[in-house]
Amino acid sequence: MLSTYLSLCIEFFKTGLFSVGGGLATIPFLKEMAEVYGWFDLDTLSMMIAISESTPGPMGINMATYVGYHTGGILGALLTTLSIVAPSIIVITLIARFLKEFKKIKVVNEIFAGIKPAVIAFIIAAVYDLFISTLFNVDAGLSFDLFNIPCIIIFLVLLFIYLKKPKIHPILIIFVAGLCGVIFSL
Amino acid sequence: MRLLWDLYATWFKMGLVTFGGGYAMLPMIQREVIEKRHWATEDEILDYYAIGQCTPGIIAVNTATFVGYYQKGVIGGIIATLGVVSPSFIIITIIAAFLNNFLEYQIVIHALKGINIGVCVLMVKAIMGLWQKSIYNIGSFVIFALALILSLFTGLSTVILVIVAAVLGIVFSKLKLVKVEGDQDA
Repeated sequence: MLSTYLSLCIEFFKTGLFSVGGGLATIPFLKEMAEVYGWFDLDTLSMMIAISESTPGPMGINMATYVGYHTGGILGALLTTLSIVAPSIIVITLIARFLKEFKKIKVVNEIFAGIKPAVIAFIIAAVYDLFISTLFNVDAGLSFDLFNIPCIIIFLVLLFIYLKKPKIHPILIIFVAGLCGVIFSL
Repeated sequence: MRLLWDLYATWFKMGLVTFGGGYAMLPMIQREVIEKRHWATEDEILDYYAIGQCTPGIIAVNTATFVGYYQKGVIGGIIATLGVVSPSFIIITIIAAFLNNFLEYQIVIHALKGINIGVCVLMVKAIMGLWQKSIYNIGSFVIFALALILSLFTGLSTVILVIVAAVLGIVFSKLKLVKVEGDQDA
């Protein structure tokens, strides 16, 4: 059992260290763990991905916790969660320490001036699938059914309210939207 | 002590109400970290996102480490990170232990569909805010459009796109096509 805990720590530290980008980048690492260690099968992995996507929190962390719990109980969950964030803490702390110095160099600021508009594109690309799957019935093909009318109406109403009253807390929007989902059986 | 607690509590809240990933956290970061606590500016958050794109680890965690580090050093970075992962740990452990069929409850499915609408609403406003600040002329728009097209329609890794954007940043700065931080005082 001790060796399982140790392997969990090492594997998730590796995942944290080598998965660049977001939560989805961790999936190939998890697939490999399923194959090498047999901690879970690929069906279980699909279920864990679905649950990680539909519960609060960063998806990569959710998956780490889930795999950890599935494999080694609460202690396993604790170890995997801490292991996957440890590389981030180390790397980012080092970068943060020198970032202010770097930003005094002209070319670094030029680089950031180029990356910033791109980051907005990455953000849009990251939520693009969510928009499509939430507001459209993708499998309906090119017909009137393509538009998920109830969802689009709720989306537009909430958006209108939120843009008119920007002081509303984001949590309230999430809560009301979830409530609408239940009330209208979306 | 007070600041450490604020860091933990704020990032806990962030982890608790974010569905999706690091980018979906943006509306909450704008409200809690930028507007309420003044721990970072919108520009700095974009810097952290840009760095988070090309460094290991989960973006939400990297951003938390950055913000925490600048408030309270290494320990601040660790505490903020523990804050953002704590809700995942608690929620996923509960689900894994007791609610393995969590996604089979109709009410959960309806609520999640609604919540996704809410996330879309929040993201539209968050992106509009960033757009106004960061896409200000033809140069920044070209970088944005290129990055968007490439990330939606090609399988190019984000790391490569970041490098392309960085090079364009340097070239466009020389041509005065993008605004470079610190230029006005030079």
